[in-house]
Amino acid sequence: MINAFHRPQTIVLLGGRSDIGRAIVTELASPQLRAVVVGQRDGGDPAALRSELALADDVDVVVEPFDATDHDGHRAWVARVVEQIGDLDVVVQAFGELGLGAADDPASAAALIDVNTVGAVSSGLAIGERLGKQGYGVLVVLSSVAGVRTRASNFVYGASKAGQDAFSTGLAARLAGSGARVLTVRPGFVRSAMTDGMEEAPFSCDPSDVAKAVTDGLRRRRSVVWVPGVLRYVFGLLSHAPEFVWRRLDR
Amino acid sequence: MPTVAESLVADSSDALALAGERGVIARGLGRAYGDAAQNAGGTVVQLPGGRVGVRVDQARGVATAQAGVSLDEVLRVVVPKGWFVPVTPGTRFVTVGGAVAADIHGKNHHVDGTFGAHVESLALRLADGSLRTITPHADPGSDDHDLWIATVGGMGLTGVIEAVTFRLIPIETSRCEVLTERVPDLDRLIERIIATESSRYSVAWIDLLATGTSLGRAVLTTGDHATKDRLAELSPQAMTDPLAFAPRTLPDVPPGLPNLLNRFAVRAFNEVWYRKAPTHAITAESITGFFHPLDMIGSWNRAYGPAGFLQYQFVVPDGATDALRTVIERVTASGNASFLAVLKRFGAEGDCLLSFPKSGWTLTLDLPTGAAGIEALLRSLDELVLDAGGRHYLAKDAIANPATIAAGYPKLDRWREIRHRFDPDRRWQSDLGRRLDLIS
Repeated sequence: MINAFHRPQTIVLLGGRSDIGRAIVTELASPQLRAVVVGQRDGGDPAALRSELALADDVDVVVEPFDATDHDGHRAWVARVVEQIGDLDVVVQAFGELGLGAADDPASAAALIDVNTVGAVSSGLAIGERLGKQGYGVLVVLSSVAGVRTRASNFVYGASKAGQDAFSTGLAARLAGSGARVLTVRPGFVRSAMTDGMEEAPFSCDPSDVAKAVTDGLRRRRSVVWVPGVLRYVFGLLSHAPEFVWRRLDR
Repeated sequence: MPTVAESLVADSSDALALAGERGVIARGLGRAYGDAAQNAGGTVVQLPGGRVGVRVDQARGVATAQAGVSLDEVLRVVVPKGWFVPVTPGTRFVTVGGAVAADIHGKNHHVDGTFGAHVESLALRLADGSLRTITPHADPGSDDHDLWIATVGGMGLTGVIEAVTFRLIPIETSRCEVLTERVPDLDRLIERIIATESSRYSVAWIDLLATGTSLGRAVLTTGDHATKDRLAELSPQAMTDPLAFAPRTLPDVPPGLPNLLNRFAVRAFNEVWYRKAPTHAITAESITGFFHPLDMIGSWNRAYGPAGFLQYQFVVPDGATDALRTVIERVTASGNASFLAVLKRFGAEGDCLLSFPKSGWTLTLDLPTGAAGIEALLRSLDELVLDAGGRHYLAKDAIANPATIAAGYPKLDRWREIRHRFDPDRRWQSDLGRRLDLIS
């Protein structure tokens, strides 16, 4: 159960190798935290995760292998997690791929959508179902500004995030009144392992900035959080800019 | 998707029958400051109130009320008949059932103990659907005695209280004779509270923004129910209807406000309020004026804005006045505007396993939830309170973790065992029970 400072007692991280996802878990941790479940494709080592996430010794760290493309298995996955740790206070959907080169190959592009969008929808619905039954809990979805308006340089990725984003805000509307919530997070360029070596875009930030914005957004019961916050207004304008202006901005 | 749905049931055993795996909790008027009467994903049952649910045995000075009846409704029935409730908190809008489940205290704890100490019997719905009458007089070690000490103060987690029979205090008038004093600092305040401890009712309001030599400056009010003779001297016009009780409420604070209670507003308010209090004066006050000042303004919580506020209340033992001083220093130094800080003396602990009061000092703070640094401040106060041998009040709590509660309530394991014995299938559940790991 979450307390009045919005500190969770349980956290589920879908996408254990995400720097942003990990930063969120570390930021949300407090003496309240009882258990963390990490879902990633290759399993993972609980002891190593405990140290990488900077969690106290009394926090139960559970690894539950998670495959974003195993859509049929997502409900059962959620049930297994509930079986082990009880109610889910905060779930972070942080898995995803950049899909460099997806634009050059239909099969790669489809595979990217399968992970980033279909996987997000399938796991998101399974989680939303559980949170709705609990009557409380928050699903934190790591979307991206790349989905707000797509650019030539990463349009397949952008498209996959656009799908995830629309689903996530829609799920939030669907869960309204049940006590369960969804927080859609739209970061700009984040300096992380996933973007290592790429040229930074303007208004970039670190995973810890995203984590702080998420904690703040949870406390204020926000539905959407942009990181950095100014991007809300930047894209408020840019979304409506004529196409030739938008394309000029793409590097 | 499940949403909140309401249905009407004949009694709480029907609620039990309808309930699913997330169980049932009874809810009174929802005056607990945290999640005591909430049950996410589960069932919340409310019992009916109304003055018709109150019966008074005029000869013995005992009242029986349905659990959903509020203390406001009880007072409207009993005051004109020359009685008062044995214990009232700072609002009269709590139910009789809630008063027992939280084992509430008032300004007279050092003399009269908790509400539970005045209860003669109660009707309790158990997890198996049966209705059982329990009293404080059962043999120690018996099932009934175990149920008693687990239910009074048990936050509704042993069953639904359906009716309560409790003793009343005889009064000659509906006014109180009150001594109001301005006290310049904490040491002086503690002296004066001890010096006036023969007064039945005593409470101090501390200005938490006063620093340095004024740290802990306060307005102390002590008093008792006014006798007819004293009322005739203090307020002759009140003698036309000495047992009148007709409280008014001012309009509600409107919704949608931002937080009005920032540091500057609170500092200004505290200054005026402190200066306005007499240095030393005796007056006759109405029940609402003396016991329930916050009831005079509706929805006052809205003045804290959308992030709302939380209340932090703890007790530290008699010898721990240093810890008290340190708490006040830390809160003051943090710059967090606490509009309301109340200090009371507590008398001896009762028998009930999760009952909050024990001999010593209890301080209550209202703090805006969204203010910077509040979480770290309260975590540091938690440590301080526990180290001094103190504990926190479940009816106010919205932030504690299980370890903080276990440390403060050494009888918790025994309580859990009794609870489990009478509710092995976890039919009674609440968000508080889940958060604080009370339901095994």
